Amino acid sequence: MTWLLNNGELIGQLVVAHLLISLPPIILSFVISVPIGWVANRYRWSRGTLLTVLGLLYAIPSLPLFIILPLVLGTGLRDSINLVVALTLYGIALMVRTTADGLASVDPGIRQSATAVGFSERSQFFRVDLPLAGPVLLAGIRVVAVSTISLTTVGAVIGVDSLGALFTDGFQRGIAAEILTGIVLTIIIALSVDGLLVLLGRVLMPWVAVNSGRVARRELRRARGPVTA
Amino acid sequence: MIEFRGVTKQFPDGTLAVKDFSLVLPSRKTTVLVGSSGSGKTTLLRMINRMVDPSSGYIEIDGEDTSHLEPVALRRRIGYVMQNSGLLPHLKVIDNVATVPVLNGVAKKQARADALHLLDTVGLDRTLADRYPSQLSGGQQQRVGVARGLAADPNILLMDEPFGAVDPIVRAELQTELIRLQRELDKTVVFVTHDIDEAFLLGDQVVILEKGGRIAQVGSPAEILAAPANEFVATFIGADKGKRALSIRNTPTGDILVDSEGRPAGVLVGETDVVAR
Ligand SMILES: Nc1ncnc2c1ncn2[C@@H]1O[C@H](COP(=O)(O)OP(=O)(O)OP(=O)(O)O)[C@@H](O)[C@H]1O
Ligand SMILES: [Mg+2]
Repeated sequence: MTWLLNNGELIGQLVVAHLLISLPPIILSFVISVPIGWVANRYRWSRGTLLTVLGLLYAIPSLPLFIILPLVLGTGLRDSINLVVALTLYGIALMVRTTADGLASVDPGIRQSATAVGFSERSQFFRVDLPLAGPVLLAGIRVVAVSTISLTTVGAVIGVDSLGALFTDGFQRGIAAEILTGIVLTIIIALSVDGLLVLLGRVLMPWVAVNSGRVARRELRRARGPVTA
Repeated sequence: MIEFRGVTKQFPDGTLAVKDFSLVLPSRKTTVLVGSSGSGKTTLLRMINRMVDPSSGYIEIDGEDTSHLEPVALRRRIGYVMQNSGLLPHLKVIDNVATVPVLNGVAKKQARADALHLLDTVGLDRTLADRYPSQLSGGQQQRVGVARGLAADPNILLMDEPFGAVDPIVRAELQTELIRLQRELDKTVVFVTHDIDEAFLLGDQVVILEKGGRIAQVGSPAEILAAPANEFVATFIGADKGKRALSIRNTPTGDILVDSEGRPAGVLVGETDVVAR
């Protein structure tokens, strides 16, 4: 406990560093997966290859990746960019398949109706397919977010600051409180970002709750008044 | 005027959906394509707005070969209503109706204001404007579908079994509404159904189709009823049985009409040029 009180400032810095490392890969893997998912869906022959190859990215162990990336990117061995890029690759590996599946899940009847009233291919993608794939995309990005926030801690091994530094430092100096703080804070950040994504989904896709009948049930409960039993 | 000229459609898998189909659909009239499942009705309809392109032959709209027109632009000036409304589930009713004008570049505010008027036109309460399609009944959804089809004020309205999925009472209501709308708006309507009663009720021109889009008979409902072209048409319209094969029976209290089973079906009223023999 005293360790925690004495190191408030350090902990604060590491939380910020952790977020700065983990948020860009979450956003990037979403943004990059959308066009790839579109291609996989639009050109059926590319689907199998694309999804398999990109899915395999996840199988690359992180340590060799941290050695290869500086060579490819021309960055320093301890540059945080390496970590951001590595996490983005893992994020894409998870997100591309979800995106392709989400786009494929859009009701063909609705797509035909959109074509019939005169959506161009482009406007149909952005105004019909993408929003309707939204719930699946949200589910996918939540997994990516939690996994990225947890994976960010491996940066400690190559000396990039994050909450992971609390594990390595705690182990070396045998401070259990430090290790525990690192674990708990990582979980708290993961849960908070996940919660924010859920909220964002509610705001951006108000129709999901309506169509699933959740809103109707809520209104029904309200109309009935408080349950007395 | 819409004109099919020797139109054939063979799908990539080899299905010959429509074979050498020629027909004139007069302007400001309702033409109903009626036929059993798989007779090529939807394919014919979709060739008008180029959702499906003919394998050979061509289609003219007001003398213009549609194959020279840009499909997206063409579709935006042709209304389309389909069976399960086809409304976009993530847009509110008002935005569904405003879809095409917004695509055409009309300002969203203006398009929404116009959409409210269209709700009036199709007999929907404006309070429904902010609902999502899933919060409407099937009949209401179809009305929204019709409103959306009318939103860009198209000359042509294509309707693919628009009332096929609602119960008979609502269907009758929607049919009456469509007749009223058509009187007010004067569109060129192409209506697809497999219900011959609906075809006779709505059609100025009725086209009875056999497999492969083969025309069994074209004519006004009266012409077809009076002189079915062949056995197929007679059977299809039920001219030989049930409520269409009416005859006059003299009863002590007056003349009545009876169906083929001898059940009373109605009475003759007003002036009639039929002489009971
Ligand atoms: N995209 C397609 N690919 C292959 N065959 C098709 C396609 N669309 C339709 N067909 C076939 O073409 C024929 C005509 O189909 P169409 O949908 O035009 O019939 P329909 O008269 O509208 O039938 P229904 O009353 O069931 O809607 C059918 O045999 C159908 O299986
Ligand atoms: Mg059909």
